[in-house]
Amino acid sequence: MQEPIISIRDLHTRYGNREVLKGINLDIYPYETLVILGRSGCGKSTLLRHLIGLNKPSQGDILIKNKNLVTASEQERDNILKNLGMLFQGSALFNSMTVGENVALPLKEHTPQPDSTIKIMTRIKLGLVGLAGFENFMPSELSGGMKKRAALARALAMDPEILFCDEPSAGLDPIVAAGIDHLVLKLKKAFKMTIVVVTHELESVFLIADRIALMHQGEFLFVGTKQEMKASDNPFVRQFLERRPDDDEVDKDKYLKSLVGTL
Amino acid sequence: MNLLTRTFSRAGQQFVEFAVHLARICQLCAQTLVWIFIGPLRGKKIRWHLTFIQIVRIGVNSVPITGIIIFCVGLIIAMQSAYQLERFGATIYVADLVGVSMTRELGPLITAIVIAGRSGSAIAAEIGTMKVAEEIDALKTMAMNPLGYLVVPRTLAMLIVLPCLTILADMLGILGGMTLAVVNLKIPFIAYFNQTASAILMKDFLTGLVKSFFFAIIISQIGVYQGFSVSGGAEGVGKSTTASVVSSIFLIILADLLFTMLFYSTL
Repeated sequence: MQEPIISIRDLHTRYGNREVLKGINLDIYPYETLVILGRSGCGKSTLLRHLIGLNKPSQGDILIKNKNLVTASEQERDNILKNLGMLFQGSALFNSMTVGENVALPLKEHTPQPDSTIKIMTRIKLGLVGLAGFENFMPSELSGGMKKRAALARALAMDPEILFCDEPSAGLDPIVAAGIDHLVLKLKKAFKMTIVVVTHELESVFLIADRIALMHQGEFLFVGTKQEMKASDNPFVRQFLERRPDDDEVDKDKYLKSLVGTL
Repeated sequence: MNLLTRTFSRAGQQFVEFAVHLARICQLCAQTLVWIFIGPLRGKKIRWHLTFIQIVRIGVNSVPITGIIIFCVGLIIAMQSAYQLERFGATIYVADLVGVSMTRELGPLITAIVIAGRSGSAIAAEIGTMKVAEEIDALKTMAMNPLGYLVVPRTLAMLIVLPCLTILADMLGILGGMTLAVVNLKIPFIAYFNQTASAILMKDFLTGLVKSFFFAIIISQIGVYQGFSVSGGAEGVGKSTTASVVSSIFLIILADLLFTMLFYSTL
């Protein structure tokens, strides 16, 4: 068995009394594309924020290439983060900089390359995502899909070993969304990368995923391949795949009480 | 009784909130100053090119508005004091009054208030918008500390720029007073100049400059803090921007009071 590149062990997160993540365990292996699937508010974005070191969990460990991100010092964490790329849901391009400067920023910060080399590297990355010639545009001059591509170019700037994507096709029209999905597939083939995608869009899941992890109320209900998921008879997996809404059973007494309040 | 308890509990709650904010601002301020003064010795970079951009934005671009305002204040002070001094036939002392009040008090204070309104709010709005657009998170995931990338250049620029603007404001304020004296009170230029030069002592000038350093820290730290505490989209940015101006002007006046008390009793 291959050694996992990311290993999540017994991860708990609490906001006050509410437990968002309830003891999560997950191994992610090198060069696979894992999709974390779940409904809005199930804790998948929280998990992602832990994986990229933005939030600290209440309890548990995250090992990335056998280094613990949770207990790492600032310096160690920065070294781990330099190997990660992150595509944010809203692109998160720096609006005060051109597209080219956005992509060049991590290179300028973390590599000793001269400006001329960085310029060439920036152009290569932008060409890779189909934005050749756009380096002097401001992010505000780009469409939603182009922003996502530019953000992807920035995420790839440091040639990361692991790429995280938060809802890569959210808010895009189906054609552009499909374009982003295919781009992710292409990049996966071109670079040997581990890709972790958080989404709730089923179409793109079955296109890009090697394995799927389905999250529900802070726990993984299902982890397995596409075929295994389609064959699963777990009621929630079925409901998710068949896109059935929740049965809303209304408790009359409770409803009346909620209207009247504490009067 | 119920009303009384509620009033007290609300007051207590607000006091606790205020104390928490203040503690966080102090913490931020300490981290920033450590980065600026000790960081370079420990291998932390100071990004001079970003600092330079901020110096232009905060300082150079504020020269016209600060200059016009302080010139007008100089004129006003000269007129108000001439109105009183004329009765004693002592209009030449307008020079003393304008000179001393400009260097000790009005130069640093008016400059700080203008910059708080103009640049403190801009810092809060810019960082706030970056936070809402996940840009701060993006910086962190690129292993770049927002403190070094955003806070330090702005604070450093403010520390450099505000004293410079204050010196400029002192001169333009005195020039305002001089304009009125020469044009309206018919005091010869050279007489006014000599009177001003003999009235202002080095310590007047220096106490004003010391104040401006502290004002610079207040404006930059409040702006940055309010920017980072934005939550909830565009409305949150608006709220924080307003809060940054209100609280920095309040703290500037408070700090000014403290320093003036200190200088008044010791110098």
